[in-house]
Amino acid sequence: MTIRAMALVLAALVAAGCTSNAATTAPGDPRTLTVSATDTACRVSAATAPAGTLTFSVTNDGSKVTEFYVLASDGLRVVAEIENIGPGIRRDLVLSAPAGSYITACKPGMVGDGIRTPFTVTDTGQSVGPTGDDAALVATATSQYASYVRDQTDQLLTATRTFAELYVAGKDDEARALYPVARAHWERIEPVAESFGDLDPKMDAREADLEAGEEWTGWHRIEKDLWPQRATSYTPLTAAERKTYADDLVANTTVLYDRTRTITFTADALGNGAKSLLDEVATGKVTGEEEYWSRTDLYDVQANVDGARIAWQALQPLLQRKDAALDKELQTRFAELQTLLDSHKAGTGFVTYDTLSPAQVKALSDTVNALSEPLSKMTAAVLL
Amino acid sequence: MTQGVSRRGLLGAAGAGAVAAVGVAGAMVASRTEQGASTARTVPFHGAHQAGIVTAAQDRMHFAAFDVNPSTTRAELVALLKDWTVAAARMTQGEGAGPLGPLSGPYDAPPDDTGEAIGLDPGNLTITVGFGPSLFTRYGLADRRPEALAPLPLFPGDALVEAASNGDLCVQACSDDPQVAVHAIRNLTRIAFGRASLRWSQLGFGRTSSTTSSQVTPRNLFGFKDGTNSLRAEQTAEIDAHVWVQAGADPKATWLEGGSYLVARKIAMHAETWDRSSMREQERIVGRTKAEGSPLSGGGEFATPDFALPGRGGAPVIDPHSHLALANPQHNDGVRMLRRGYNYVDGSTSLGRLAAGLFFVAFVTDPRTHYIPMQTKLAANDLMSEYLQHIGSGLWAVPPGAREGEFLGQALFA
Repeated sequence: MTIRAMALVLAALVAAGCTSNAATTAPGDPRTLTVSATDTACRVSAATAPAGTLTFSVTNDGSKVTEFYVLASDGLRVVAEIENIGPGIRRDLVLSAPAGSYITACKPGMVGDGIRTPFTVTDTGQSVGPTGDDAALVATATSQYASYVRDQTDQLLTATRTFAELYVAGKDDEARALYPVARAHWERIEPVAESFGDLDPKMDAREADLEAGEEWTGWHRIEKDLWPQRATSYTPLTAAERKTYADDLVANTTVLYDRTRTITFTADALGNGAKSLLDEVATGKVTGEEEYWSRTDLYDVQANVDGARIAWQALQPLLQRKDAALDKELQTRFAELQTLLDSHKAGTGFVTYDTLSPAQVKALSDTVNALSEPLSKMTAAVLL
Repeated sequence: MTQGVSRRGLLGAAGAGAVAAVGVAGAMVASRTEQGASTARTVPFHGAHQAGIVTAAQDRMHFAAFDVNPSTTRAELVALLKDWTVAAARMTQGEGAGPLGPLSGPYDAPPDDTGEAIGLDPGNLTITVGFGPSLFTRYGLADRRPEALAPLPLFPGDALVEAASNGDLCVQACSDDPQVAVHAIRNLTRIAFGRASLRWSQLGFGRTSSTTSSQVTPRNLFGFKDGTNSLRAEQTAEIDAHVWVQAGADPKATWLEGGSYLVARKIAMHAETWDRSSMREQERIVGRTKAEGSPLSGGGEFATPDFALPGRGGAPVIDPHSHLALANPQHNDGVRMLRRGYNYVDGSTSLGRLAAGLFFVAFVTDPRTHYIPMQTKLAANDLMSEYLQHIGSGLWAVPPGAREGEFLGQALFA
């Protein structure tokens, strides 16, 4: 849609650890610790804590940007971390810690091994949740998702080429039939496509997104030419113009294809990407703004939901271990939304947006909300 | 309790039940003995500049845009501005809109004040009037239209609704009591009937900026401090440079000297999707911490942001596309704005979402240098745009203040 969301995903790629800024210092709570990080010291308010969900409230009392780590006893494996804490800023690191020996570390200036101190988490007899090797599950999840992205861009390129040929050849009925089907491959991986900030405005801009004097290209430019009914005094594109826009779309899709061959992901990129996909549904598609000319918004909704479901399913083994109740809720909510979408099917596709009654649009919006809210909690749950 | 014979003192006592409902403001009325008595919180109306600009931002706003009726003559327009000036001067001092007030006059006549402000403290009511570009196409004003008073361009992503945009005239009424602000607009609207009609209006609450150094920075509906960098009344040299129209600024519009330009933007916020974003994402988009409002480069709310400060991987700690980075004076040729916006909630939408956002108001010396370039950048690149939609817009030239015996805009019609 716009170039903005993408930068978020790129940021997500480098993000790690689970941080929050909640002001939560319950006085006397042994699981809530404070850390004063200066340029030369890393003072943790206690050297031990009972097993469970620990909160390190880290204040940068120094003059350099700092980081705070909880490391395994080998001093190598990062259990949890927060980065980019500017001078004077406080940020919470929340983690689920079973009993064992750890090392805390501040890294003023973000260089070197940091200022390290042993830290002990004591056994309380209480279960702190599973302790298996999350890293393997994360690796499986992220590689599965990367395969999915490669496959979707592959199919997108093929479908876009066919679509472009039909459009250039003036086979408008066939082009119109293929339009929402080809775009589904884009919509399924939309946050990834958007993460390439130079491609998204060229391929998926809506007319209203343009700056004055900026040329409108991409899917929606062609969409308007194929479905000009809602336009006032529209001048159809010439054959030469059709070819220009179609070639441009194929060229940009090829760039997207090339760039996604070697793409990699982190667990939080999957979680945040799923959240972004549902945001797309809520802000652009439920309101019928995305496919203004063709009214094929429901195809996009289905594709966005598909993409979110794949991300969740990839993370599912990890999520079931971390927060089985959340996983169960997502299962229910995805199923509800799919049932509702199925009720709007027509043949192999969907009815057009304009045939939905206001009550049906409201029901769709409500069902999307019901899924979006728990889905927004998935990233933190798998990282904790 | 001391009771006076004035309308307000009387009603302060008699209307105790109703007064209780307005809380603190109502309580203050009990000790008032005369209209505009010393306990009333009032802001002087007359002066070199209009009130409601560098005045400490009140808690509530009712903003209204009017169109001058097609049949209205120049003389009638001037008469309207005179009538508004008189009524505004009265209401801001805690008096009724008309000379008789809400409770006096012939029994068979409607009162010349609508009455809902009876017994209420004015709450620092200010009434600020501006002239829109469309006004200058009439009344022989074309050659007095300031060059800078052209309709704002359409920015990328704008989804402007005519019913919340533009207007020949605007009136900004601000008070700490919402009912006082509404009372002001309602009575000015009534006075205008037959000469100008209400085009649209907007209620605002929870001021989103501070205009004096003693005010803490309030929060917008994203939960972040808003307007940290806004100009404060005490910064008089900067106010002169960035807010007031200077002598010689525009030879066609000397009448505007000592005035300002008011930019209004109704910015809908997608509260639901914002609320689902992680704290990491929220702070990255804003470029500040949610707790203190400190730039992510550190140092506390009022620290100068360090946009070059590298974080992990060498990338700047403050994202170059964060709202802070794009809107900061460092990246906008040093221009500053005096912001006076308010949060709004217009109930909810048909989809069960909050119809909520920010009613952005800024006073600037020239929108061509102090608003349009910055908004052009924000609209194209701001990470926050994903959660915003600009749905209303307007630009007005705000004439200088009226001195005793003058009316607002007198120099324009001289």
